[in-house]
Amino acid sequence: MAASGNTSDVFAPWNDASATPLIRFEGVTKRYGDFTAIDNLTLDIYEREFYALLGPSGCGKTTLLRLLAGFEEATEGRILIGGKDISKVPPNQRPVNMMFQSYALFPHMSVAKNIGFGLKQEGRSKDEIAQRVAEMLTLVQLQEFAKRKPHQLSGGQRQRVALARSLAKNPKLLLLDEPLGALDKKLRERTQFELMNLQEKLGVTFMIVTHDQEEAMTVASRIAIMDKGIVAQVDTPAMIYEAPKNRYVSDFIGDVNFIEGTVTAQQDHEITLQSAAGQDFILHSDKPLAISSTAWLAIRPEKIAVSKEPPEDRRNKLQGIVDDIAYSGSISTYHVRLSNGDLIKAQMTNQRRLSNRAITWEDNVWLSWTDTAAIALTE
Amino acid sequence: MNQKRFTWFNATSLTFGFVFLYLPIMLLIIYSFNDSKLVTVWGGFSTRWYTALFQNESFMNAAWVTFKVAVLSATIATVLGTLAALVLTRAGKFRGRMLFSGMVYSPLVMPEVITGLSLLLLFVAIGWDRGFWTITIAHVTFSMCYVAVVVSSRLISFDRSLEEAALDLGCNPFNAFMQVTLPIIMPAVVAAWLLAFTLSLDDLVIASFTSGPGATTLPMKIYSQVRLGLKPEINALSTLLIVAVSVGVIAASLIAKRAEQVRARSGDG
Repeated sequence: MAASGNTSDVFAPWNDASATPLIRFEGVTKRYGDFTAIDNLTLDIYEREFYALLGPSGCGKTTLLRLLAGFEEATEGRILIGGKDISKVPPNQRPVNMMFQSYALFPHMSVAKNIGFGLKQEGRSKDEIAQRVAEMLTLVQLQEFAKRKPHQLSGGQRQRVALARSLAKNPKLLLLDEPLGALDKKLRERTQFELMNLQEKLGVTFMIVTHDQEEAMTVASRIAIMDKGIVAQVDTPAMIYEAPKNRYVSDFIGDVNFIEGTVTAQQDHEITLQSAAGQDFILHSDKPLAISSTAWLAIRPEKIAVSKEPPEDRRNKLQGIVDDIAYSGSISTYHVRLSNGDLIKAQMTNQRRLSNRAITWEDNVWLSWTDTAAIALTE
Repeated sequence: MNQKRFTWFNATSLTFGFVFLYLPIMLLIIYSFNDSKLVTVWGGFSTRWYTALFQNESFMNAAWVTFKVAVLSATIATVLGTLAALVLTRAGKFRGRMLFSGMVYSPLVMPEVITGLSLLLLFVAIGWDRGFWTITIAHVTFSMCYVAVVVSSRLISFDRSLEEAALDLGCNPFNAFMQVTLPIIMPAVVAAWLLAFTLSLDDLVIASFTSGPGATTLPMKIYSQVRLGLKPEINALSTLLIVAVSVGVIAASLIAKRAEQVRARSGDG
């Protein structure tokens, strides 16, 4: 995974104890009748961050965004922007702008009028508005489209108009609600990079809601994984992927195999886990685990090697039969059935063309991985 | 699918249907150009009844009253009906919501005689002189619910995020409504106004109950004239009314249809 290895980069205000967050959620709860959408949430978001809220639908991520924009009011707790409690501030007076999932472009106004709408409300002069609109049009490369109406634009162009409109007032914080959801895959990938460049250039704090984990991994400086109104983990994309805190997070981001077992030995970070079948596995753990406690071995499919011969140099190995092969072009995912009936997923890059592949259905194969490839999870 | 196939059966039933609906109206229009003084005997083409009509002061007065009542009542009904539609579609669950919506829509099915009678009782009870204003108020009460129906059907499909975007960009709720919501739902509001205008134009029953001396509307005038015997002028007058009403209805439906097409193209609610 070539994830933006920015853990060691300069930009990591969340590790700096003296940094003050731009946005702070303090014990925020939002209830709709009996349903709790957000449950006692506490979060810090720093200036210039590209913060992603990721989770399945109904996890409360959109509610969180709407609380910040001011369209919903928290049932309990406080939301601070730049140290000030904004819970009672109406949406039109917050230093926050939002880009809507539907783009919400005003159909009766031209592109230029749409972008200048917020500035007009501020009572800026005509020249000032025209200048800023021209600036924004250049930023999103839509100079020739100023006079068009939204229905005369393509999906990608509308998306850029919506972005320009929400950035025109130069907000402290830009909220993006599934901003790329309506674009096709190619365009989405390109736009992700455009968003990142734009965010870096403008220095505005971005907060994006998405259910697309790849998108979150690509654009975000930090990701908050949400589950049923609570935050399961907040971390950099690389840490979320390589050091998930629990099985929910590791399962939500990417594919993962779990093997349940009992801890039998620990030496520094190296743990020995005995599976129910009595086999020992060597794995890595950052924290000490109690001997004879229950834990789960978690291993990503791409870290498992598939071979026809038993690997000599590896301590972690399993034998099984190829049940299914999912071919997706650059990689193939092998579903290998173990003797106890469990399925393990392993991924291999397709270095050879299909016809030359050595492993096929019903083959007896060996799965193996290194001592540090798997991690131990306790919850 | 045979749905589009031409058969003699389909053609015949279509012809009969249209003849049934429109033959009386066609006859009336044709006879309005009749030269003869006798309404049922054709005496050649002439526009003299139109000329006579425009010289008849009592008809022209009635027309002017009708026009004023229709414009005024349609305008007030549009404002009130739009507000009612906003409350019905926007306010979530509030106490008595069902009762409120039932009360807004009930004049649609209420017999006109009853509406007229109850309004008459009200005006008598509070001691208002009946005339122009009482007719106008009476027309507002029943056309308002048509406006509410037309506008709320548009508001139901209105994308609320457009309003939220306006709020987000610095509008207060009133400005958001005036600058974003109203321009977008304008075709429905105009169509509702035209509908209210047309309803007021051809109302006889309620106007009869609520009018007083000096305020006679055109339908009332026609009705009272017909009871004294048919005059060719009535045909001319009715033709003009038919034209006015048709223009109103056709304009309303065209506006609504065009707005629908624009919406379908732009792909937003």
